[in-house]
Amino acid sequence: MSKFEISRRSLLQSSAAGLTLLSSAGLSRLAHASNLTVGIVYVGPRDDFGWNQAHAVAASALKEVPGVTVVEEENVPETIAVQKSMESMINLDGANMIFATSFGYYKPFVLDLAAKYTDVEFRHAAPLWTDADPKNAGSYFGYLDQAHYVDGVAAGLSTTSNKLGFVAAKPIGTVLRNINSFLLGARKVNPDATVQVIFTGEWSMPVREAEAANALVDAGCDVLTCHVDGPKVVIETAESRGIKCCGHNASQAPLAPNGFITGAEYKWETIYKMFAADLGAGEPLPNFTGGGFDVDFVQSTPYGAGATEKAIAAADAARADVKAGKPIFVGPINKQDGSPLLAAGASFDNYEPSLDQTDYLIEGVTGSIT
Amino acid sequence: MTDDPGLMTVLLAMFAGAIRVSTPFLFVSLGEMLTEKSGRINLGLEGTLVFGAMSGYAISYHTGSPWLGVLVAGICGSAFGALHGYLCKLPRVNDIAIGISLMLFGTGLAFFFGKAYIQPSAPRLPAISFGAWSDHPGIRQALEINPLFLLGLALAVFLWWALKNTRYGLIIRTTGDSAPAALALGVNVNKVRLLSTMAGGFFAGIGGSFLSLYYPGSWTEGLSSGQGLMAVALVIFARWNPLACFWAALLFGAAGALGPALQSIGISRGYHFFNAAPYILTLLIMIVSTSPRRSLKGAPGELSITK
Repeated sequence: MSKFEISRRSLLQSSAAGLTLLSSAGLSRLAHASNLTVGIVYVGPRDDFGWNQAHAVAASALKEVPGVTVVEEENVPETIAVQKSMESMINLDGANMIFATSFGYYKPFVLDLAAKYTDVEFRHAAPLWTDADPKNAGSYFGYLDQAHYVDGVAAGLSTTSNKLGFVAAKPIGTVLRNINSFLLGARKVNPDATVQVIFTGEWSMPVREAEAANALVDAGCDVLTCHVDGPKVVIETAESRGIKCCGHNASQAPLAPNGFITGAEYKWETIYKMFAADLGAGEPLPNFTGGGFDVDFVQSTPYGAGATEKAIAAADAARADVKAGKPIFVGPINKQDGSPLLAAGASFDNYEPSLDQTDYLIEGVTGSIT
Repeated sequence: MTDDPGLMTVLLAMFAGAIRVSTPFLFVSLGEMLTEKSGRINLGLEGTLVFGAMSGYAISYHTGSPWLGVLVAGICGSAFGALHGYLCKLPRVNDIAIGISLMLFGTGLAFFFGKAYIQPSAPRLPAISFGAWSDHPGIRQALEINPLFLLGLALAVFLWWALKNTRYGLIIRTTGDSAPAALALGVNVNKVRLLSTMAGGFFAGIGGSFLSLYYPGSWTEGLSSGQGLMAVALVIFARWNPLACFWAALLFGAAGALGPALQSIGISRGYHFFNAAPYILTLLIMIVSTSPRRSLKGAPGELSITK
């Protein structure tokens, strides 16, 4: 065992070497102070046809910006592991900006690190930041329900059974809001349309997603969409069952050459480039950034073979309306239990804060949150 | 059908789900059963399953032949089995610890090599339609049966017959029940166990290729939700009987289909509970099948957990 013991001399030597390394690293950081290193953490693989891919596409666009270095780590679970990943990005890669892209990263990991590293900017991809949180943390978010509303318009004109299927992961606010907006889009052009939801309970659970998609088709749905991390399985199942589908998160058009209508996609690129430009110019970053079509934070996937002329025209018109600020939530709307959400004539602004806390499904949606 | 469409839909969905979802359970549990019959436990089959899924998909993508993918997945699986069999032969090596490390190794290796295959679409296995006689679309869909399912059924029957009636079956059973007796008969215990573990790995690899090449039918890193581990519990439930493995696999498949099927007819309260059905079933089986007074009926005597 004696050969593993460290002599005092070699300990001193190696720590001296370590100190030299550390100080030279510090010097080089000072020398390139104008350079920006952005660390991005993903919860899954970067090419999952979904949530992570949408971020990764934006990250690769960010790499093109001069003076910006991007460090990425994928498959980081929503545990203490993400804290270690972010800390190593800060300490080893010299990251001065962190994008934490998964919902569960925020509390307590991002909040803890933001308090510890006050000179690093943390931004998290969900509308969770409040005034009580550290000022160097923040939220950015694309209001994807606007794009799901446009999907709904196209889907409402594509169904013959008037039954639309929705495979959803977990009943949290953003998911429920997307489901509600999808129905409102469909109802706008097709008052008889209903949306049937199946919750899988997990962000990524391929076998159960396939079972859910099959169960919806068996129940008579002829257009499917979803809100899960990787929509690949749902879209492929819809295609193999010969029905139409709308995408989610990133472009799934190549997976369904016959039935793909359009899809709701994020455009994180806009936000990432905006943050990089602000930091580069030495300007303070906003703590809360959110938007939809009007600020180019979300987009619709180019129409696939499943989109009819009529659906394309109606969806284009709906997108223009939302972009111009026309409300999606227009009364009368009841919640599932029959209690009124909006009276006739009343409406919610598309960025109505209470919609961030959506904890209900509206009338016309079949499926239960609990 | 018209009386109670809801109940019929659920039953049909569970029937269809049992056929669609059960195949990986069936192959892994048959593989595990064979390994355990020879006196060793291979907990690494979860890793073998995931690696089989990846390698099958990759080969199918590169060669355009999904059946070649299935074969390669099986061969990769038997390579993992050989590694397990070899390591466990060494003195004072615990087969359970080796199994767990091989599970992590297989999964990690599959993720490493699988990066390039998440995006591309590989040709998938075809299905055989047995539902042409029915004009009900649900029944037709349910009877789109993959040949691997039928192969698994045939394999279960064959193993049941072979373990009971052939010389090789007797050798495997003897090795599993009493290594000294097998030695006295002049049987090379380590060789029998190595070959049994390799065959078990082959089956588990095929089970994995079913996941990526048929249902759900694509390679992603979250593809397996513990099927390989649940299959180990399933072997105990099936009392090391290949035919019972088949029924147990069907039961687990149907349990997995229960959650989505109930939600599709509007019974959606407590879906978390129904979604957890396969896991609850595993737990119940473990509780019901153990007794403090005796070791499990039918358990091979050489297994380290029953010794």
